[in-house]
Amino acid sequence: MTGSLLFMAIVFLAGAIICVSIAKRLGLSSVIGYLLAGILIGPYVLGFIGEEGDDILHFAEFGVVMMLFLIGLEIDPKNFWNMRKTIIGMGGIQVGGTMLLSFLLFSLLGFDWEVTLVISMAIALSSTAIAMQTIKEKGLMPTTFGTSAFSILLFQDIIVIFMIGAMPLLANTGNTTEANNHNTSANLMDSLPLGLQTLAIISSVAVIIVLGRFIIVPMLRKVAKTGVRELLIAAAFLIVFGISFIMELVGLSPALGAFLGGVVLSNSEFKHELESTLEPFKNLLLGLFFMAVGASINFIVIAKSPLTIGGLLLAIILLKALVLYITAQVFKLKLDQKLLLTFSLAQVGEFAFVLLSFAFSLHILEQEQMDIMLVITALSMALTPIISILNERVILPKVGTKQSIKRPMDHIAKSHKIILVGFGHFGSTVGRFLRSHGIEATILDQDSNRVDFLRKMGFEVYYGDATRIDLLESAGIAEAKIIIVATNKINVSKAISKIVKDKYPHVEMVIRTKNRYDAYELLNLGHENIYRESLETSLALASEVLHKIGFRKYTLKRQVKNFIKYDETSLRRLAKTSKRGDDYIFKARKELQEQEELLGADFKRGIVDFDKHWDSEHIRKALENSNTKM
Amino acid sequence: MKKILIIFSHPKLEKSRANRTLIEHIRGKDQVTIHDLYEEYPDFHIDVPREQKLLEEHDIIIWHHPFYWYSCPPLMKQWIDMVLEFNWAYGPKGKALHNKICLNAITTGGSKEVYCSAGYNSFTVEQFLRPFEQTSNLCGMTYFPPFAVMGTHSISDDVLHNYKISYGKLIDLLQTGLSLQDFKKLSFINDIPQLKTS
Repeated sequence: MTGSLLFMAIVFLAGAIICVSIAKRLGLSSVIGYLLAGILIGPYVLGFIGEEGDDILHFAEFGVVMMLFLIGLEIDPKNFWNMRKTIIGMGGIQVGGTMLLSFLLFSLLGFDWEVTLVISMAIALSSTAIAMQTIKEKGLMPTTFGTSAFSILLFQDIIVIFMIGAMPLLANTGNTTEANNHNTSANLMDSLPLGLQTLAIISSVAVIIVLGRFIIVPMLRKVAKTGVRELLIAAAFLIVFGISFIMELVGLSPALGAFLGGVVLSNSEFKHELESTLEPFKNLLLGLFFMAVGASINFIVIAKSPLTIGGLLLAIILLKALVLYITAQVFKLKLDQKLLLTFSLAQVGEFAFVLLSFAFSLHILEQEQMDIMLVITALSMALTPIISILNERVILPKVGTKQSIKRPMDHIAKSHKIILVGFGHFGSTVGRFLRSHGIEATILDQDSNRVDFLRKMGFEVYYGDATRIDLLESAGIAEAKIIIVATNKINVSKAISKIVKDKYPHVEMVIRTKNRYDAYELLNLGHENIYRESLETSLALASEVLHKIGFRKYTLKRQVKNFIKYDETSLRRLAKTSKRGDDYIFKARKELQEQEELLGADFKRGIVDFDKHWDSEHIRKALENSNTKM
Repeated sequence: MKKILIIFSHPKLEKSRANRTLIEHIRGKDQVTIHDLYEEYPDFHIDVPREQKLLEEHDIIIWHHPFYWYSCPPLMKQWIDMVLEFNWAYGPKGKALHNKICLNAITTGGSKEVYCSAGYNSFTVEQFLRPFEQTSNLCGMTYFPPFAVMGTHSISDDVLHNYKISYGKLIDLLQTGLSLQDFKKLSFINDIPQLKTS
């Protein structure tokens, strides 16, 4: 019964839905939810999944491939070229350092040098799936930490090709031919010497670039012309599958190929279409991948030698963390960025599964050695999100906020301290206007690159999560007069406004919101100074349109003022009845209903509900009436 | 005690020594409302019902403003245009302001001497203020001669201090009740004997 495809699908989907929603409710990363679901449905707890877990793992690796394709789409070729130093530098230090240390460690433990080398290679690689998924989920991709982590992972993707290529050299020559038959990913390259392999790699990269420019984009244009939407989905899959196939053929990592394909297509007009098409599939496949990892944790092996495994696991994580910290140190990352990098890449990644089983098939590793290493790999991946939480909630709050440069403030700024949260397009305009009046706001922002730049410009800037009370405190919330919340993330605004209202009620809050629904939430929390970014700009645009078709500007200006006043009143009225909550399914319908109500009310008001100022007609009429009476 | 509403208009108060001095001196007086138009309506979008309610609640209206180009700043003219509505302030049914007292309190850069037929301004302040006088008349209000601080480009802080004291005294006198008989055809309310500073 467990073999039935439908049953498997049900088990996986139900496991994911239940565990991920619980994890999210607890404020944890979805990765933890998936891993937990995997452990639950795996062979050692509920036993829904047995041996087939490994096949699923292999299949689900497509999620990683798609993820890299999507990441590639977001990276401009120019930026990619600029990253080359970081990729080679950071990646080189990390892989080299980790391999060296783990080689020493396992040599000391008395393993053969071949075994030690294989294990060191496996350990040096981190999990792209877990690290990138977490980074994207938290929106940290544009930070220094995000690009550093990504560079290292990309380097590993490249280096793994050479590792797989070098593996047969470690085996006894007599076994090589036999082993090649066992090899699941048999390819053209194994028989080639290393020099030619490099050449093959370079030429296949060139093939992908040419393919992207001259075949894929014209194909997508043709597909788009047909106007059949599902064809575009099919085309998107064709691209990813096709690239993976070519890559596997020449023995390259499909993920790396997909990434390059993405970079090539990032300048095309189909960028967003491809993104939105593949995104949901990628997420589901990655979920499946994490579940398969969870299911593959062999609890029998753990039970046999818990101390050895526990000790090795701890040693490996510490070792990787140490090397990562040093790497970050060499590249002069800020302390908080360093810690994030250290803890997010300290696991052994999915490539280890491939390397270890390949080495096993080449008779380099024994069954027991492989089992132990596989368990350690899976466990270290499962531990990553937990370590990250520890880092974020316990360690980071103690560091990272102390790195601000104090700047002498002028008199006004001193006695009227203003804190500005978020320095994106909206916040920066606010900050610039304040600065043009000699008012220097203290800025909090989550983008460390921007923070560096602003510091150079002489702003007092704090890097970090403004929903942390200690960060607000070190920015001087206690002496502040006003705090401007200019982020567009409603959850952040809500969290900040709650903290400020509870702990520093004397500080005035001025809050930007994206739309009226976010405004409702803040109004219902008792905040008054709410600025909807969608209000005044759209009215300015609308009155410009009306002006172009003949309306007079001053009349329009006054109508805009009236409209805003009317809309603010209706906003406050509707906020009281609007109980949206978190139920997303009903949200859209509710919003539509309200839109309808607003439009209805507008209609009842009439087209122009205008006053009589500068309009003498009513005076004329009134005088006529009184004259006829007399 | 009579309630006084000061309709104050200055587009750049932070740079006006004279007006800051005057307005700060009378701020906080009992039964005196200082209504700063450029603070209330920076976008010239005047809330008419609110203004009319304010006017109805007071007995004496003082239009306090610098005397720009022989008249008031634009927002005050906007205020007159919008607030003094037909059939509310004037017209057959417009009796809301009847029997209230109205006057201008102005500051001029030029001295008193240049405001006469022989001076380079050709006309007197009284003549220039005719439109305000008539506006007040049409609304059924009693128009008092203006309080004027003249020659602000050149007067010393001491002289300004004296003006400030008499402005305060004027407010007090108006609250206890002045009548037209007290002026005997004076051009400026500054000149009544009660306000003479020794």
